Amino acid sequence: MSIEHRDDTGARFGMWIFLYTEVILFGGLFILYAVALAKFPQQFAEASHKLNIYFGAANTLVLLASSLTIAMAITAVQRNKPKQAMVLCISTIVLAIIFLINKYFEWSAEIGHGIYPGSEHLAEMGPGITAFFNLYYFTAGLHGLHILIGGTLIGVVTVFIAKGKVNSERYTLLENSALYWHLVDLVWVFLFPLYYLIL
Amino acid sequence: MTEHKHEPISYRTLILTWLALGILTGVTIAVSRIQLGALNVWMALLIASTKSTLVLFIFMHLKEEARLFKVGILILLVILSIFIGLTFTDVLYR
Repeated sequence: MSIEHRDDTGARFGMWIFLYTEVILFGGLFILYAVALAKFPQQFAEASHKLNIYFGAANTLVLLASSLTIAMAITAVQRNKPKQAMVLCISTIVLAIIFLINKYFEWSAEIGHGIYPGSEHLAEMGPGITAFFNLYYFTAGLHGLHILIGGTLIGVVTVFIAKGKVNSERYTLLENSALYWHLVDLVWVFLFPLYYLIL
Repeated sequence: MTEHKHEPISYRTLILTWLALGILTGVTIAVSRIQLGALNVWMALLIASTKSTLVLFIFMHLKEEARLFKVGILILLVILSIFIGLTFTDVLYR
């Protein structure tokens, strides 16, 4: 008989420490945003009006719903309902894909209007608007990358639930993936009003 | 030694939290359409922080975690504030 060594609380705290570094990463970008906003308030408002508020709002609701489904998946696993948990995990992945499809259409429209980092059209609009869009593409792009990673991670967890490796006795992997997913949601909670909703 | 396990959070609590987050999203959009000058950004940040608190404490189970987790968040916020504060003492007085 082998003795199993595990420390679920420690594993979760490790994930939290990683999330702190993620907050510092995105925090740096938001500080850049704040400095540029203080320097170019009018241009930032003007640039913000070029973003599509409907895409932004729709994606906010999609991410909030996905946060709900992944949080419910933990409850389902704890209650020993793996089928329910898998449906909830897959719903989260589907919502992540919807988010990225929205993003694809949104960015296609913007790039179609000649608004992308390094474009001549953007350079003509001056440094304030250029700063806004460069930060917007970088922050939203990095966020999109996190969606991709988080979605993949949840996909792996879904397979593990199917195989019974993640179960009501042992589900730290699901908890940690869910923590990551919630962080992605938290970043968007700040990104959406700051980029899409400036008057 | 047995691991300390959290009680599952009921679907009801989770759904209510989600509804509150949805309502707060509506509030952010509504408030942002009113011209308040510099206050607009502060309102946006205030509502976003409220939403974050809900996500952290309920969705991310921070409420049930040991004190260490909460102290960690507090330290993170202090570091972030120093980071922001020092940046602006530079930027604003150039």
